[in-house]
Amino acid sequence: MAAQSEIRLRNGNLVKTAQNSRWKSVLHGLRRDKFLYLLIAPGVLFFLIFKYVPMWGIVIAFQDYSPYMGVMESPWVGFEHFARFFSNQDFFLLFRNTMAISLLNLIFFFPLPIVLSLLLNELRSEVYKKWIQSIVYLPHFLSWVIIAGITFLLLSQSKGIVNQALVSLGYPKYDFLTNENNFWMLLTIQNSWKEAGWGTIIFLAAIAGVDPQLYEAAKMDGASRLRQAWHVTLPAIRSVIVVLFILRLGHIMDVGFEQVFLMMNGAVSNVADVFETYVYRLGIQQGQFSFSTAVGLFKSAVGFILVIGANKLAKKLGEEGVY
Amino acid sequence: MKLSLGDRIFDTTNIIVLGMIAIITLYPLYYVFVVSFTDPAEYIQKQGFILFPENWTLASYKYLLSTSAFKNATMVSVFLATVGTALSLVVTAAMAYGLSRKRLQGRRIIMLMILITLLFSPGLIPPYLLVRDLGLINSIWSLIIPVLTSGWYVILMKSFFDSIPVELEESAVIDGSTDIGVFFRIVLPLSLPALAAFGLFYAVAYWNTFFHAVLYINDHAKWPLQLVLRNMLIDSSTQAGGSAAAEMMSEQNIPAETLKMAAVVIATLPILCVYPFLQKHFAKGVMLGSVKG
Repeated sequence: MAAQSEIRLRNGNLVKTAQNSRWKSVLHGLRRDKFLYLLIAPGVLFFLIFKYVPMWGIVIAFQDYSPYMGVMESPWVGFEHFARFFSNQDFFLLFRNTMAISLLNLIFFFPLPIVLSLLLNELRSEVYKKWIQSIVYLPHFLSWVIIAGITFLLLSQSKGIVNQALVSLGYPKYDFLTNENNFWMLLTIQNSWKEAGWGTIIFLAAIAGVDPQLYEAAKMDGASRLRQAWHVTLPAIRSVIVVLFILRLGHIMDVGFEQVFLMMNGAVSNVADVFETYVYRLGIQQGQFSFSTAVGLFKSAVGFILVIGANKLAKKLGEEGVY
Repeated sequence: MKLSLGDRIFDTTNIIVLGMIAIITLYPLYYVFVVSFTDPAEYIQKQGFILFPENWTLASYKYLLSTSAFKNATMVSVFLATVGTALSLVVTAAMAYGLSRKRLQGRRIIMLMILITLLFSPGLIPPYLLVRDLGLINSIWSLIIPVLTSGWYVILMKSFFDSIPVELEESAVIDGSTDIGVFFRIVLPLSLPALAAFGLFYAVAYWNTFFHAVLYINDHAKWPLQLVLRNMLIDSSTQAGGSAAAEMMSEQNIPAETLKMAAVVIATLPILCVYPFLQKHFAKGVMLGSVKG
């Protein structure tokens, strides 16, 4: 007890404790901490109930869960659900679709914020820059429902303005929305429209930290603006780019439920179904709780390994990492 | 400094490219906005090719707002965005402040507990079963309580509180202030930019609540705006299930398209209204704890 109060003293508020006796200050500290515990109590309760109770709920992946019997009574089946899933044709399709959507985003969407930041950084007019920034940040705040809705309004085959335009220019209509061939690209374009501007925030901050003397030196050497961007700005923010790329790799299993869920339709379900939509359909709609929990657990476990690995890699490259 | 010809070409090209990006970003929104005010007859006659309507009308809006489904949903969403945001900010700020006090025992364990939830998610079904077992299905609270706070925001806000100079708080303590007093009189006023940023993020998240409503709210009368919107917008020809707008249209003369666009505008409006006021804060909010702290 004595040792504890000494530690408390060292970490505690020295001004107060110097004035009071040790025991009084310990009691005083406890009483004050009670307020702090009161402040954090709702948050702690939230994490325990809504984050940790569901983690325990994962055990139903190894059971034949029945809502009537509950978690305690339902019979155990071991890895049966996993075996069923991996030997299933669905597994291959889900994996292919998830990877395709993620990789297309990595190839086409990921560089956009970087290019956009470089261009914004070269603007001389602060006012114009602020305007462009305000505009490109905006779509980030719109819901996927609105973005999917606007996509439908613009691209629908019967009334969509794009198809109306195609017809009046003498081209045939194109079914953007129910076509397996362009579904992945449609998602990538939507994602780019929504998030490219928002993604510039972090790169612009990195660019702001570049030493201005480097630009002066480059100018002395006769580097044009384009060359300055290429030889000074880009190398200076390279570490940020690498870290974000690695962290993005860590999330390669997450394609974003809402976007796919909203854009999906019968005609494209073969290329649109990803782990999240599959779990929703089988679990919530068909009530196969145990099987879909097993599928979800597989995705979470792979995601966990990837994120940890990605973070380790980021740290190895001399960056702070995130966790 | 004199600009070289190459510099000027570069500048001009850059300005034009960024201008075009801005147009690509804004045009879909502008089109939806303009068509929603277009006279239905003009819309049909011009086959949707409208840059600026000749006859402005509020017909679509009047009709939309006269339907109880739309009004109800708007009320639900307003409730979520106000009450939900307030509760979330209070819980997040209180927890972050408590955890930023270094003398608090058990703070490392709680931080670790939060961190684990960021790395590993139990998936979709276990949280669903929990909400069901708590009897929250079809309750509006199922859209607030399970997302009351976020581990990210607690950690970001804690790091913001950490950055407030200790001397300020120490002097308040010497003056006889309590922890609660320091929290309300010193820390919170100094954190207004952070609170504004997180408030905006929470408000947008609540306003955009969609998926949890799909999961937890079966009662159509309690649907938030995004769900009603989904039913109106997603084309019935490509999506299973009927389009609510098409049904509404049968007895009205308003084309489904202009009605849908009016719905989009109404659902976007609150975001557009708060956006200019909070915009200067959110970049700061994002940068608080990201990669380089």
